[in-house]
Amino acid sequence: MNQVWPIFKREFAAYFATPLAYVFIVIFLFAMGAFTFYIGHFFDNGVADLSVFFAYHPWLYLFLVPALSMRLWAEERSSGTMELLLTLPIPLWATVVGKYLAAWAFTGVALALTFPIWLTVNYLGSPDNGVILASYIGSFLMAGGYLAIGSAISATTSNQVIAFVVSVVVCFLFTISGAPLVLDFFHGWAPQALVDAVASFSFLTHFSAITQGVIDLRDLVFFFSLIALFLTANIVAVDLKRVG
Amino acid sequence: MIEISGLTKHFGAIAAVSGIDLKVGRGEVLGFLGPNGAGKSTTMKMITGFLAPSAGRVWVCGHDVETDSIAAQQQIGYLPEGAPAYGDMTPRQFLGFIAEVRGYRGEAAKQAVAKAVARTELDPVLEQTIDTLSKGFKRRVGLAQAILHDPPVLIMDEPTDGLDPNQKHAVRSLIRAMAPQKAIIVSTHLLEEVEAICTRAVIIDRGRVVADGTPAELLARSRHHNAVTLTLPAAQAESAKAKLKALSTVANVEQIGRSDGMVELTAFPKSGALLIEDASRLAVNEKWDVKELYAEAGRLDEVFRAITTHDTTRARESRA
Repeated sequence: MNQVWPIFKREFAAYFATPLAYVFIVIFLFAMGAFTFYIGHFFDNGVADLSVFFAYHPWLYLFLVPALSMRLWAEERSSGTMELLLTLPIPLWATVVGKYLAAWAFTGVALALTFPIWLTVNYLGSPDNGVILASYIGSFLMAGGYLAIGSAISATTSNQVIAFVVSVVVCFLFTISGAPLVLDFFHGWAPQALVDAVASFSFLTHFSAITQGVIDLRDLVFFFSLIALFLTANIVAVDLKRVG
Repeated sequence: MIEISGLTKHFGAIAAVSGIDLKVGRGEVLGFLGPNGAGKSTTMKMITGFLAPSAGRVWVCGHDVETDSIAAQQQIGYLPEGAPAYGDMTPRQFLGFIAEVRGYRGEAAKQAVAKAVARTELDPVLEQTIDTLSKGFKRRVGLAQAILHDPPVLIMDEPTDGLDPNQKHAVRSLIRAMAPQKAIIVSTHLLEEVEAICTRAVIIDRGRVVADGTPAELLARSRHHNAVTLTLPAAQAESAKAKLKALSTVANVEQIGRSDGMVELTAFPKSGALLIEDASRLAVNEKWDVKELYAEAGRLDEVFRAITTHDTTRARESRA
């Protein structure tokens, strides 16, 4: 942990050293608001809960999180700082985890800044704040899942645009893997167990389960193991480039 | 301090480095020379653990870079080619980050940064972002980063590339000042740099070591080693040339005409002979109007070309 901290600190500060952080946060909040009020018809529903707000999180993350993660490794590689970073006496896992946690913490900040909507709904009625808290936790975990995927993909290229596009596609598949678009591809030839396994990768399924207000251990295990899996892939991707 | 054995790196079918063996001890400043693409940077990247070798091993202060990389990297200060740094940080923030990664905390970190800043004279730009710095200052930020933890082993990839003569001088003085306590490897294209700071020069070509010796030893391989050049009026050139040729120590004399009516005669010695005394005595006795007279230690660029010009290029040149 001692070695993760300096990496985390530098990476986190880097977001705020450039307009990136501010642009991201403003667009994130603006998009959240637009989806909730105009597409989700928050006021028309007449219900004091945030389900319409959270329902759009997966779709927003789908584009915004890869925009954050695309630079994580691709930028280091194209600017040459990768060589500096990897020749410092830190284990590779600590570098990968430190950078990842910084990005995750940053999405946490952006997510926390949506608090006015929580104040609004509490002012208008008396929502179940337990459900809202669970939903926030679920949303944060889901953002972490998207970030881990994006981070691993960013490590395979020095081109940020490629990192972005590929990440969006992979994240999209993970988002909707419970939907017919993906499952029909497996139906008919794959054993039912595989189809079920693919369906269980769906972020939507796990996230909507949490937004019901129940944080099931299975959903936690899903997100954390997905993050661990992709961070491992991230380490392997960086290491493979060393071998050349 | 640095021990390299059978170091090899393949990129696909291309062998960038093939079987390099080297040992560098404390107090040595080893100059890595070679044409572009000879494998200098690749070798340095393997010594510092950025690239994994295809074969062979590297030990730094007794630590195997592949199996014990953290311990090895703690002993190394590395300036990668182009001195990469995080452009949106100021040198103070950047060096603070490096200090922290290197395990310095609090007051110790401040002191380590202050010392590195003082040695590289970074004071005037400490609070500007690195992106806005001139090339010279950027390079010095890279240098400060490399020497911050006072490492026993320093690896620098073209530390003076793109610097102006004053900055080059400053960097070379710094390297010379650190040399006695460290093992240093410097890669360079500048042959004068080798003569200025290196105690040993290694020429690499197509991934192999093709020459290894002190700069003086390499100079001795030059055709111009101990050659004597006289500048005198064109009228005296022919007789002077004949007289010089007649000396027992002279192998050959070449003549270059100049636009101002003078002629330069260069006398090449027979192997190892010292010509300057014979030549100057002759000039006095014959009462030539000599305007210039000097002996050369040798020309490193000539040795460099002779060693690294490939057979195909040589064949093409001889056909032309």
